[in-house]
Amino acid sequence: MNRGIFINIIRFILLVLVQVLVFNRLNFFGFINPMVYIMFLYWYPIKENRAVFIGLSFLLGLSVDFLSDTMAIHAAATTTIAYLRPAIMRFVFGINYEFQSFKLSNTTKAQQFTFLALLILVHHSVYFSMEIFSIANLLLIVKKVLSNGLASLILCLLFSTLFSVKKE
Amino acid sequence: MQQIINFIIRYKNLLLYILLMIISLAFTIQSHSYHQSRFFNSSSWVAGNIYGFSHSFNTYFDLDDENERLLKENERLRNKLFNTTTSPSVEVDSSVRYTVISGQVIKNSYADPRNYITINRGENDSVSQDMGVITDLGILGIVENTSNKFATVQSILNTKSNINAKIKNTNHFGSLIWDTKTYNTVQLIDIPRLVPLNIGDTIVTGAMSSIFPENIPIGTIKKFDLDISKSFYRIDVNLFNDMTNIKNVYIIKNLDRKEILDLEEATSNE
Repeated sequence: MNRGIFINIIRFILLVLVQVLVFNRLNFFGFINPMVYIMFLYWYPIKENRAVFIGLSFLLGLSVDFLSDTMAIHAAATTTIAYLRPAIMRFVFGINYEFQSFKLSNTTKAQQFTFLALLILVHHSVYFSMEIFSIANLLLIVKKVLSNGLASLILCLLFSTLFSVKKE
Repeated sequence: MQQIINFIIRYKNLLLYILLMIISLAFTIQSHSYHQSRFFNSSSWVAGNIYGFSHSFNTYFDLDDENERLLKENERLRNKLFNTTTSPSVEVDSSVRYTVISGQVIKNSYADPRNYITINRGENDSVSQDMGVITDLGILGIVENTSNKFATVQSILNTKSNINAKIKNTNHFGSLIWDTKTYNTVQLIDIPRLVPLNIGDTIVTGAMSSIFPENIPIGTIKKFDLDISKSFYRIDVNLFNDMTNIKNVYIIKNLDRKEILDLEEATSNE
């Protein structure tokens, strides 16, 4: 239990630092900055208290905002996916995920992929709608969501393979 | 009462989510309308030191290029100095209007609609809000928030940016804005239709601003069209600065600014 909290704190700090010091500076093609800190929400234990999880996600988003001068847009997007995560998980893993023995590492690759992709899609939609903040630029929002989403997805998949929890 | 408590317990996650969402929306919208949020900016002590730390590593990788650039600038300034006709002794007078503070960029962004640059000079170096920031090539932005050791600069690549600019060697001025499309082009609006324009003309800062001195280079005209009203031009300006590659900057303090602002305020109150 204590070990879990410790790992999550380290993960929180490292993801924020990696995000603002490395990935926010990527500017691939001039505007693509993958957001890898979403991995925190992907890895976070399922059985924990939901209120704490939402609060932590808000803090995570806020820390990224704080370091990248984006007001509170990251915070809003991250809180949204934290709130919607159980719904997304139920959609992806079916009724299975409510069992005690459920583990992310026991699911199929396709399920993990869909889960991650949905998280990123929702996050980026909220993020870019708030950043651009006008319906008139809907096309621009869609373009940004898709291009950034693809980049985030590729990097998050790499991250999840690189730091995957060993199967017991 | 019992029902209200039950309701709260049942929907506590939803309520928490709504509360946090309102907080973040409030912060976002508040800074849409006026200056950047006072709490969430990277001039703060923590953020400044994190970026300062990473800057101290990164700075070694392009020392050569930067030295070359500074040498070029010195060369240009020396050329100017040796070729001025008036001797310096004649010019000694009390009309010092600007002081210049040098600094370095420790964080830069150009992919968002509202970009901010963080520099490693702050209140301790007498940097304060609304000072102009330029590089050797052209203008960069305006200081928005300061802490003791750091400051954030509202880049010209920011939808909130609005800078007085004119066409070089004329007195036709307009406002410089950014349409968020590309990071090497900004837009100059409100130039009247009767002004003769050519592609390649130079755009410089105007005299109306109490932030920038007059005639600081901005860029060249890339293309121009009439706007919807058909009486003003909308000009695409190619920036001299490569906004993706900025290191050394100069912060300009206008010593007359307070006097100008006081006067303008007194006039408008009458």
